[in-house]
Amino acid sequence: MAEQGSIPLIWRRYPQRYRLEGNKCENCGTYFFPPRLVCPNCRRRGSLTKHVFSGKGVVESYTVVHVPPDEMAGQEPYVLALVRLEEGPVVTAVVTDVDPEDVKIGTRVRLAFRRISEQGESGLVCYGYKFAPEKGF
Amino acid sequence: MRRVAVIGAGMTRFGERWEEGMRELAVEAGVRALESAGVRGSQIQALYVGNMSGGRFIGQEHIGALAADYLGLNPIPSTRIEAACASGGLAFRQAYLSIAGGEFDLVVAGGIEKMTDVLTGQATTTLGGAADQEWETFFGATFPSIYALMARRHMHEYGTTEEQLAMVAVKNHDNGLKNPYAQFRKKITVEDVLNSSPVATPLKLLDCSPITDGAAAVVLASEEMARKITDDPVWINASAQASDTLALHSRSSFTSIPATRLAAEKAYQKAGIKPKDVDVAEVHDCFTIAEIMAVEDLGFVPKGEGGKAYEEGMFELGSDISVNTSGGLKACGHPVGATGIKQVAEVFWQLRGEAGERQIPDAEIGLTHNVGGSGATVVVHVLSRYPDLRQR
Amino acid sequence: MLVAGIVGYGAYVPRYRIKVEEIARVWNKDPEAIKKGLNLLEKSVPGLDEDSVTIAVEASRNALSRAGISPEKIGAVFVGSESPPYAVKPSATIVAEAIGSVPVMMAADLEFACKAGTQAVLNCIGLVDSGMIDYGLGVGSDTSQGRPGDALEYSASAGGAAFIIGKKDALAEVEEFYSYTTDTPDFWRKEGQEYPRHGARFTGRPAYFKHVLSASKGVMEKGGYSPSDFDYAVFHQPNGKFPLLAAKQLGIPKEKVLPGLLSPVIGNTYSGATLLGLAAVLDRAGPGDLILATSYGSGAGSDAMVIRVTDRIEEKRDKAPKVEEYVSRKKHVTYGEYVKLRRKLKV
Repeated sequence: MAEQGSIPLIWRRYPQRYRLEGNKCENCGTYFFPPRLVCPNCRRRGSLTKHVFSGKGVVESYTVVHVPPDEMAGQEPYVLALVRLEEGPVVTAVVTDVDPEDVKIGTRVRLAFRRISEQGESGLVCYGYKFAPEKGF
Repeated sequence: MRRVAVIGAGMTRFGERWEEGMRELAVEAGVRALESAGVRGSQIQALYVGNMSGGRFIGQEHIGALAADYLGLNPIPSTRIEAACASGGLAFRQAYLSIAGGEFDLVVAGGIEKMTDVLTGQATTTLGGAADQEWETFFGATFPSIYALMARRHMHEYGTTEEQLAMVAVKNHDNGLKNPYAQFRKKITVEDVLNSSPVATPLKLLDCSPITDGAAAVVLASEEMARKITDDPVWINASAQASDTLALHSRSSFTSIPATRLAAEKAYQKAGIKPKDVDVAEVHDCFTIAEIMAVEDLGFVPKGEGGKAYEEGMFELGSDISVNTSGGLKACGHPVGATGIKQVAEVFWQLRGEAGERQIPDAEIGLTHNVGGSGATVVVHVLSRYPDLRQR
Repeated sequence: MLVAGIVGYGAYVPRYRIKVEEIARVWNKDPEAIKKGLNLLEKSVPGLDEDSVTIAVEASRNALSRAGISPEKIGAVFVGSESPPYAVKPSATIVAEAIGSVPVMMAADLEFACKAGTQAVLNCIGLVDSGMIDYGLGVGSDTSQGRPGDALEYSASAGGAAFIIGKKDALAEVEEFYSYTTDTPDFWRKEGQEYPRHGARFTGRPAYFKHVLSASKGVMEKGGYSPSDFDYAVFHQPNGKFPLLAAKQLGIPKEKVLPGLLSPVIGNTYSGATLLGLAAVLDRAGPGDLILATSYGSGAGSDAMVIRVTDRIEEKRDKAPKVEEYVSRKKHVTYGEYVKLRRKLKV
């Protein structure tokens, strides 16, 4: 977890954490989230362009976290999942608005915008992506 | 490349070492290693120290200098090596390379971590730094939860059960019971593991390695130097290392550690052996699922059959391949930077017949497997009684 | 007649609910008296990872789905709330960043008790109508708090709605507006105070009713409408009773108010309340339907709008979740869980 008060570290990643901005290699067609600075497949032959991910995905694996990092104390138990986005990349994120027993491998989810953590009582609120079950919407 | 041997090993008791700081632990392990090798400090030409996070655990960086200073080894070159939980294994590899390449003839490789000076939450946060800080930890991932994601997927794909995971911990506690250096010398049952409190499902408290203070050191020598000092060297037949993505989610597999497979393949090739030739292996069981993946990725069992192997008692002490005779990270303890060196020390003792109560009969070939983070760094070593395994 | 219209709208209501009975149980009150007296059954409660900004973003994303425009085209974002996560630092910038409208745009937070949401929309209408911007996003979003044990605790809830205003392809046209504002101290909270205070019965006739009725009558007179012209009427809903009383006094039958009356089942979402009611009506209204929407904000003022639904409603309606889907998605919590979720415990 980021040290308390580390403002630039949080601010720098807003485009990715707020709206799933990643990229795509026009040379090999692979999508990347988080965005890559060099295509690991094509290296210097690659050509990376911005791609905003749809936020639709499927749970590839999950765990119910009972012992959270200090920054998320009080939110446990929460579901942490590997979510495969429909464009291909997998992200690690919390599945929110759900009872833990309702998350399974294969559960379809959609993007949600949530508070992730807080840098202490008086510090910055760190927002970012979580996912919520698609069922019902 | 020159041949390199291990000629001495020493370690501290692992555990909550309230009375000792990092310096005391470093000296305790270092002196024991030198005594074991029968060499004086003045003969040592270089020091490599594995340490993950002195800065976060005790506010101390510059661990290389600290270790040389307190071991009385100044002014020889001393270098700290960091690769999260693989720091020790990598320090050993750097020491090996420095001799194999011809720069030195007698080198100490050590590993150290002082973890209990901070509260558990802070230790957990620090260990989280081995994962991808910006894309895993920030979003609520803890180390147990990352391995739990692998465990859940492994259970889904191969039918691995929570009982099988528990059996890994039970076996390692059985071994730890016989190791005077181990943090936990206490027998546990499958039920104990299953009934322990959930950490990140399906992993429970007794599926996890503990927070530990400890240090370990080994003495490495060139062939020429080794033969001068001892009649009983343990040879390093292969040293291999591989890297993968920092974050689990970017990997090609969630049910194995691809870098383990790559490093192991290379190590077997260099040593000229097959997985089944290994008699004793110290593998990276930071969580029970990690050992199941390790025995699969190291080729001891086919992929997906790791869980079942534990029902059959395949890796118990004295079986064809004895795995984690020290008790592993689970029972012996896991002072992160020291673990990779402790693994070498344990294999050294087993191959020399100095492993006491936990000694396995006729151990000739040993393997160490040290993982950094969730598999972004893996280092594998093959050690044996033979300078060249192709001519054994 | 204004040129600007509603090109997209979106709603969001958190998943958690607490029943009136559960709150009354803790404070030894008679739940039946509250349910009957205020026409309240349960209210929404935000999750631990939600606040007025996350609610605003979710509603805005839904509005964008219905508008079908690229977020860079939005020239202004106004977020109305009386429960912003920061006392100093705008919420509108977070919303704009999250939906991808930054950086060539204007943004500001509005605060006017429960009226800030409609004011945010009116600001957008003015800017679009004047030609200063092509599209504007107005949001009303709150996670409001009532002092434990206070009457407000039965109603203060969480939710929000977002409206995108533009000239092209409107799903509803804003035909007329009328605002009515005075200085009326019926409800306030001073800096550093945790919970608001209110004037009890003073919040009724001289405050809510005076302003809601004046604005509603004003817009009808200004545009030449009579109560019977409206197919639907939405009023600010601090509870389930006031909007029905206001409608009665205006001569608008109850049936036209019920589709937009959400407070009985989700409570008072403050800045979100009138806009959420309007969103619920748009979820079911047909082309040509005429809607009266009148907000109220303590302190005090009302904005009344007359809205005519166009043919485009049919193609846009299903592009985002409907209010009813959010209302029926629910998990009840105990008072203990509610206290934790609302961070009323100091740890």
